[in-house]
Amino acid sequence: MPATEPKNKTLDWLDERTGWRMVRDLADHKVVPLHAGTAWYYFGGITLFLLGIQVITGVLLLLYYRPTVAEAFDSVRFIMTRVEFGWLIRSIHSWSANLLILAAFVHMFSVVFTHAYRRPRELTWLSGIALLGLMLGFGFSGYLLPWNQISYFATKVGTDMASSVPVAGPPMARFLRGGDDVGAATLTRFFAFHVMILPLITFGLVGLHLLLVQFHGMSTPSGVSASRLAHMKFFPNFFLRELVIWYGVLAVLGTLAAIFPWELGQKADPFASAPAGIRPEWYFLAEFYTLKLIPSHVWFFEGELLGLLGFGLLAAGWVALPFWAAGRNGEHRARLVTAAGVFLICYLATFTILGYVK
Amino acid sequence: MRAPAIVFFLYWSLSGGVPSGSAADSCMTCHSAMEEGTKGPSTLIKNDVHIAHGLSCADCHGGDRTSDDPSVAMSKAKGFKGKPARAAIPKFCASCHSNPDFMRKFAPRERVDQYELYQTSVHGKRLAAGDTNVATCIDCHSVHDIRAVKDSMSPVYPLNVPETCSRCHSDQQKMAPYKIPTNQFAEYRTSVHWDALTKRGDLSAPTCASCHGNHGAKPPEVESVAAVCGTCHVAFEELYDKSVHEAIFSGAGGGGGCIVCHSNHGIHQPSTAMLVGPHAVCSECHDAGTAPANTAAQMAGWIDGLDRALKQSETVLTRAEESGMEVSEAQMGLTGGRENLVKARLALHAMEPDEMRKPIDAGMAIAKETLEAGQAALRERNYRRWGLAVSVLLIGIAILAIRFLIRRIETNGSREVRGPQQGPL
Repeated sequence: MPATEPKNKTLDWLDERTGWRMVRDLADHKVVPLHAGTAWYYFGGITLFLLGIQVITGVLLLLYYRPTVAEAFDSVRFIMTRVEFGWLIRSIHSWSANLLILAAFVHMFSVVFTHAYRRPRELTWLSGIALLGLMLGFGFSGYLLPWNQISYFATKVGTDMASSVPVAGPPMARFLRGGDDVGAATLTRFFAFHVMILPLITFGLVGLHLLLVQFHGMSTPSGVSASRLAHMKFFPNFFLRELVIWYGVLAVLGTLAAIFPWELGQKADPFASAPAGIRPEWYFLAEFYTLKLIPSHVWFFEGELLGLLGFGLLAAGWVALPFWAAGRNGEHRARLVTAAGVFLICYLATFTILGYVK
Repeated sequence: MRAPAIVFFLYWSLSGGVPSGSAADSCMTCHSAMEEGTKGPSTLIKNDVHIAHGLSCADCHGGDRTSDDPSVAMSKAKGFKGKPARAAIPKFCASCHSNPDFMRKFAPRERVDQYELYQTSVHGKRLAAGDTNVATCIDCHSVHDIRAVKDSMSPVYPLNVPETCSRCHSDQQKMAPYKIPTNQFAEYRTSVHWDALTKRGDLSAPTCASCHGNHGAKPPEVESVAAVCGTCHVAFEELYDKSVHEAIFSGAGGGGGCIVCHSNHGIHQPSTAMLVGPHAVCSECHDAGTAPANTAAQMAGWIDGLDRALKQSETVLTRAEESGMEVSEAQMGLTGGRENLVKARLALHAMEPDEMRKPIDAGMAIAKETLEAGQAALRERNYRRWGLAVSVLLIGIAILAIRFLIRRIETNGSREVRGPQQGPL
């Protein structure tokens, strides 16, 4: 406790029982390095802020949502048309989900290009990648919950893809669907994943990720010693700037929700033919379009299987980035990582655009 | 084991790939070898439905297809019938097509009353009277390249029927002796039925055969026109039968049921212009200012009023939907309104204004309700936008306040600190 701090019986009582002054002291000492790439640090905070929005709006939606085939669509329509500000909550939840994934991608690539994954931050990288995977899982499971035509058939296509993976694919698809096809069991499972299983894992991983960031401090660009850089105090200087950005994001979210409320579509009809031009959400579009381009058979391999195998290898390589980025002699393969990052961005951007256009 | 298969394949390939009931078909062998122009049937027959079912030339024309000697193959002793006379063609085809036991082997669901019907048709009666210019089986179905009706290349496939009939019925020279018009096909091509058939690809849309019959083709009698139209337009016929017009139109000199107002071959999209205005069909019988003409004008006004009201609701709902508002319930309700408009147009055929008023009133109530829903959605949209503007303004103020706070905190140079950052806990 600083010697100059005035005595306060209530705060002392609280500190004796919670040790809150330790946290405050940590916050007092936390600083952010100042350099050309300092702005990229904000994206971690933006992602966290959007996650918070998701939790709040998700809990509010739970008050009215009913996870059954008979009631899901009507309950979402009820939220959109009858519940006071229900349209706003649902639209913000949907838009925020998309911005969250976008922010997570930007955060990930900023880590790649500033080489913040280097030793000793391998576990921070791994927990971040796992969180990105969880966010995609939230997107996939949440997409089905309104039980509309597009979401039903998109889930059908998505789980069909999973089933084409050899050995583990069919049981995995069956586990996801709760049967041979997308139906009532799939909806309840996806609901359980979306509101219980994935959030539990996410909260644990977010805690670990933040703890590791705090433990190692903010990463500085490679080749620059942290001691030679100027720093900004996290509280209040950096935090207030982050707050400005959060307010900005909130304004963007409100604008999107008010001007482009999230569509409800038509109730899912398993006996109807799939809607024309059906495609997944934008964050799965590059992979979807790639699979569409691969011929049905390549040599004696099934095209889709080959595509999924390729994605699996790519994902495994990306997860292991901090390990192959460090050479055998401990040197850092910065150029190789940057090239891989640029390649991945170009691939994702190009194929996502092509997926939309074609 | 494979040798016979190879020999058969070579024979099959060399004989133009014509499948036949037997590998050794002297008819095909000889006719294929003839000069161009005289081998006619052998080139056409490869697409014939009879050949596809394993029949051969001899099954229709008789003779012995197994003999390479033409004098034996086409001898009367072997039952050779040769080319049938034109007047004998229907009976020639009927020898199989009117035989249920024979037809059951190839097409068990196929009708076998074509010849019987043909004899009742105008074509069949004239043929029996010695007029060989009338249509026989081959004029519609073709000869030697006869395809199944479901084959889109067949001249009697629904899409091709009007053109097939028009080959004769649009030919002024051919129709001159019969003194019948030749503009039916031209008129039909302007009709809603032609649009349904060719633009929408609706194979159930009526063609010539749907109203006139196919094998028993003849014009519907005046008194049976409504029944003919009623085979598809069931509800319209029921109401028309109850109307005052039924007895008049179907009676002597009445002109014949539905066609009095709607015409026959050139049936166009009906509208209230048929009831009132310079092109009103009602005005052909009822003078302006008379009670029937006034009733027609009144009913036209009701239909137009409901149509306008529903369109107005639709416009407002579409605008609301395009603004991102959820109006699917109201749009579903609008479907009910349109159903009432159809019912009102239907009720018109009974010529009972009181009966017509019911769907009109129900439709108007839906139009009002959906219009209000659309207007409420647009008000809600505006309310949201105002809310957004206020929120963004408040957020902007909050941002400015924080920026001001940051500047105040950092005026004494406290932004930057030197030295290492917070390390391990």
